[in-house]
Amino acid sequence: MFFKPERFSVFVERTLHEMNNIGVGSLPIVAIISIFVGAVTTVQTAYQLISPFIPVKIIGTIVSDSSLLELAPTITCLVLAGKVGANIASEVGNMRVTEQIDALEVMGINSSGYLGLPKIIAGLIMIPCLIIFANFLLISGGILAAQLTGIMPPNEFIQGARDTFTFFTLSVSMTKAFVFALIITSVSTYEGYYADGGALEVGEAGTRAVTRSCIFILFFDFIIAKLMLNA
Amino acid sequence: MLELQNINKSFGDKQVLFDINAKFEPGIPNLIIGASGGGKSVLLKCMVGLMKPEKGNILYDGRDFVHLEYEQVKEIRREIGMLFQGTALFDSLTVAENVQFPLKMFSKMNASEIKDRVDFCLKRVQLEGAENKYPAEISGGMKKRVGIARAIAMDIKYLFCDEPNSGLDPITSRVIDDLLLDITAEYGITTMIISHDMKTAFDIGDKILFLYEGKIRWQGSKNEIHSAGKEIKELGAFIASSQI
Repeated sequence: MFFKPERFSVFVERTLHEMNNIGVGSLPIVAIISIFVGAVTTVQTAYQLISPFIPVKIIGTIVSDSSLLELAPTITCLVLAGKVGANIASEVGNMRVTEQIDALEVMGINSSGYLGLPKIIAGLIMIPCLIIFANFLLISGGILAAQLTGIMPPNEFIQGARDTFTFFTLSVSMTKAFVFALIITSVSTYEGYYADGGALEVGEAGTRAVTRSCIFILFFDFIIAKLMLNA
Repeated sequence: MLELQNINKSFGDKQVLFDINAKFEPGIPNLIIGASGGGKSVLLKCMVGLMKPEKGNILYDGRDFVHLEYEQVKEIRREIGMLFQGTALFDSLTVAENVQFPLKMFSKMNASEIKDRVDFCLKRVQLEGAENKYPAEISGGMKKRVGIARAIAMDIKYLFCDEPNSGLDPITSRVIDDLLLDITAEYGITTMIISHDMKTAFDIGDKILFLYEGKIRWQGSKNEIHSAGKEIKELGAFIASSQI
């Protein structure tokens, strides 16, 4: 798959096209999920921490740290495994069963590289951007929910979030984003590329891509947490 | 010229091609006919490199395609055009973009030269005006013609056609046959056509190779096929079944 592109301009054009599909195409779903997950996390954290002995700003600390460390990268990437992963697997799988991949090979084009590499590079660029966007919206959703439900004013939430924020927490979030991006794009391309048969098999390849991507994401989530946050 | 020497191919325990030997001359359509499951498509896939035979040589003007390095194989592939049974047009590209695809990937032409070449190829297959349509918006016969235009966009030496008439009505089928015949003579290319359509064989079969259960049972021309059918039981049965 990792090869010198036949024509660099075509490779760049394809990568930009995939960046648009993966990144811009996923913005609405990532935005909706992030705002609601942030809001729900705030409400549920507040429900568990109502006590005169605990300062209310701690809710902001918990929500922001949870968002950066777990919710934004993992929840967003599980959703992207469904949206982007299924899309990639079905697109590539359809090209396989309709002989479009054979057509590329007959022309002398490295089909796995031509199809797979732009998707992987686009995923590695756009999915971390989506995670940064999700982090921002999760915390914004939390602030909004805290204010609308009267749990706490925004400035206390922000103060709580600032108290424990470190760039290391952000680096854990970004590490997960890069690893999960690689998993989603490569697993899905692989499943589509090796689909064999007809429409039914393309559907099965899509399902396998989503299932396996999710399992790998959760597995590597644990590995990264263990390696980077081992106390 | 394309030459096959002792081509053998198996899938597990099942051997599907047995010692295939043949020579295909440029400038005339070479037909490989036979019933479904007889090994025609496997032979074609071996010839274009989508499958590798266990034994034998495939010589493109003396260059052994089976035993060359990957980069040399790619060089030969740029001399090959292929019309797939299902056309294999790229769904996400328009007709013009499909035809210009190999030119964008491999030629040193600039944008206006590419456009001229695409216009020429589409005109050659009588598809002017369909440049901006997507494959899903055109008929089966038009898709076949786009496939031919894409195949001849580069200066190819070899054209492979897998069941070019499948799914087409008799009139459109005849148009495609005539187009293949004209293009083969016009460009002096070596054309291999896989078919189970006897009408195609009678119309354009200057050289015909009859494949039965993975073995060549007969080679000859359209003028000889009827008399051969009387002598070779399998060929006679195939001709008779095709004419029902």
